[in-house]
Amino acid sequence: MGLKTFAGGVHPFEGKELSKDKPVQEYLPTGLMVYPLSQHIGAPAKPVVKIGDQVKKGQLIAEAGSFVSAPIHSSVSGTVKKIEPRRVAAGGMVNSIIIENDGKYDEVEYDAVDDVSKLTKDQILEKIRNAGVVGMGGAGFPTHVKLAPSNPDKIDTIIANCAECEPYLTSDYRVMLEMPEQLIEGMKIVLSLFNGAKGILAVENNKPDCIALLEKLTKDEPSISVQPLRTKYPQGAERSIIYACTGRKINSSMLPADAGCIVDNVETLCCIYRAVKEGKPVNTRVVTITGDAVTDPRNFRCPTGTNFAELVEAAGGFKTQPEKIIYGGPMMGFSNFTTDIPVGKTNSALLAFTKDEVKQYEPGPCIGCGRCVEVCPSRITPSRLADFSEQGRYDQFEKWGGVECVECGSCSYICPARRYLAQAIKAGKKTVLANRRKK
Amino acid sequence: MSDLYNVASNPHVRAKDSTSRIMLYVIISLLPATAFGIWNFGPRALLLICITIASCVASEYIFNKVTKRKQTISDLSAVVTGLLLALNFPVSLPWWMPIVGGAFAIIVVKCVFGGLGQNFMNPALGARCFMLISFAGQMSNWTYDGVTTATPLALMRQGQAPDVWAEFVGTIPGTIGETSVIALLIGAVFLILVGVIDIKIPGLYIISFVVFISIFGAANGTAINPQYIAGQVCGGGLILGAFFMATDYATSPITPKGKLIYGILLGFLTALFRTFGSMAEGVSYAIIFSNILVPLIERATIPKGFGVEKEKKSKGGEKA
Repeated sequence: MGLKTFAGGVHPFEGKELSKDKPVQEYLPTGLMVYPLSQHIGAPAKPVVKIGDQVKKGQLIAEAGSFVSAPIHSSVSGTVKKIEPRRVAAGGMVNSIIIENDGKYDEVEYDAVDDVSKLTKDQILEKIRNAGVVGMGGAGFPTHVKLAPSNPDKIDTIIANCAECEPYLTSDYRVMLEMPEQLIEGMKIVLSLFNGAKGILAVENNKPDCIALLEKLTKDEPSISVQPLRTKYPQGAERSIIYACTGRKINSSMLPADAGCIVDNVETLCCIYRAVKEGKPVNTRVVTITGDAVTDPRNFRCPTGTNFAELVEAAGGFKTQPEKIIYGGPMMGFSNFTTDIPVGKTNSALLAFTKDEVKQYEPGPCIGCGRCVEVCPSRITPSRLADFSEQGRYDQFEKWGGVECVECGSCSYICPARRYLAQAIKAGKKTVLANRRKK
Repeated sequence: MSDLYNVASNPHVRAKDSTSRIMLYVIISLLPATAFGIWNFGPRALLLICITIASCVASEYIFNKVTKRKQTISDLSAVVTGLLLALNFPVSLPWWMPIVGGAFAIIVVKCVFGGLGQNFMNPALGARCFMLISFAGQMSNWTYDGVTTATPLALMRQGQAPDVWAEFVGTIPGTIGETSVIALLIGAVFLILVGVIDIKIPGLYIISFVVFISIFGAANGTAINPQYIAGQVCGGGLILGAFFMATDYATSPITPKGKLIYGILLGFLTALFRTFGSMAEGVSYAIIFSNILVPLIERATIPKGFGVEKEKKSKGGEKA
């Protein structure tokens, strides 16, 4: 298939060379394990253990708080020490279960299945829900909710989001190279939920080795195809990837299911496979530790709850004092002031930069060059929207389509006047949506 | 240790191009036309260019000082304005007039409206039109090789056939920077390649101009032939205006559809002014007039956002 893409987008420095050739290394933590109760969108999970309890690896420690929620499982064996608020990657404090790792990794028995095709759809969804599978690309939307749309008959396309368009991140890349079978099997399980649906593995063309490997492995799978995508940020944004793969457009008031699509990230599909086939809960993930301040950038598979500071040490520590720490990619990730953060289900990377690129720039006046308009994947007018947001003119903000913003940050990236466009629009969008809810 | 980490909202990286770099690109792109103008009209052209640029930069400096604003001359935009304005002068202009023009461009058209990016019309063109009105004689005194003469456009108006090749190369009377099409196009191609301007506005401007000059010319009883059209395109300030002034960021629409309307409107107005106006030239007034319409054009072409229009249509379809 030919190269496909979307209109707009930017080409930030990729930086993937730092860690892309480093095979995923298993990391066993030594410190305290921290399990935030909100590692997903929706209601926080409710603890089902109490202080002093002994837990095993894979044991349920918090159950889903409502339908849109996800359970949380221990990733080590040990003792529950505390339940208290801890800081998470996004910056806030979240109530967390803290477990002292006994280092034995005593595991619970998993309910593995020999033949997945004998399971009913409900059984599959049940297994996915019980395993606590959420969108591992960063959004953390509970997967069992996504896989149970109101119009299942209309779903004809399942897209595996293998774009990994964020610079520096290489965790999905390594997973695709090292365990493509899990990705493909996960895709097959999702396809089995929707009669006649086609699976598309959508990969950016800066990963030709993944494209070749996945094409080889799926050549006998009539319902699964590989779609190379032009390397461009934000190619992996839901609306962008759906448009690139199917030509269908969705806006802020629609779900992918309205366009007959379901989009799942690489790691999520692997988790679906492990949840359904092996009965294993989500309690590990692949994390990239990289950036020019890191001595030996690499990719780890570690239990969730591992402290990022330990992973940084395992990557040789910082070779220079970092000025900026980012959880996730440089375009959409969260900057934070500490490495004392637990690895959550949705945390794909820690970046440490010697220099804070943004700090050196002073925002200037808009010169009206229109670059933000050219790059905006939502095809709106960032420079005007930022003005409206800063001036509090929310009626104009809505008129100019401000709520369509996907917060990808491309406008701020490209702005020659270094204006904080995405930041202002994000703030405006928040206010507008809050006002709408009040009405 | 922890207080050294800078916490800020995403994105955490930025592209390389800055405002001053874009301005520098524009200055570089005008150098071929500038160099040709100096060769074509002699060292006096260089003198006028230097005076105009100095006047613009000094005006901005003084305005910022007097109004206690942050100094902005380092963004190079005043240099661009000065250079563009000078390229619009006839070489015979008295030396002190560029000082007045530069000050008008920067202080009246740009700074009092809020400075860079806030002006509602192109400062260089605003000043040119101000001077066309204030110093009508000196601003349209075309001296070439020591002889006072008429521009090719004026001659075409009298029914003469143009020497298209001379217009293309630029060995004709006119303002300092507008005569050489080839020198201007070299700069324009450079600007397009470095991504500073987009072909949309100038391209549509020229296409629409060709269409309307033919229609209006025919209506006016002029014999329309390729030589006439080529003479019109290469003559006067069309190429300079289309690539370097109509593309001015602050005064052209930011909406994609607005750009299309703007380009077509410019061609229409230029053809209208050149055919039916009192002067042979119409580019400056066409651009300024369109600049003023930009807010209206933008309001009529607000983009609805990715996927939004389609949804509305399909909903309408369901109802029908």
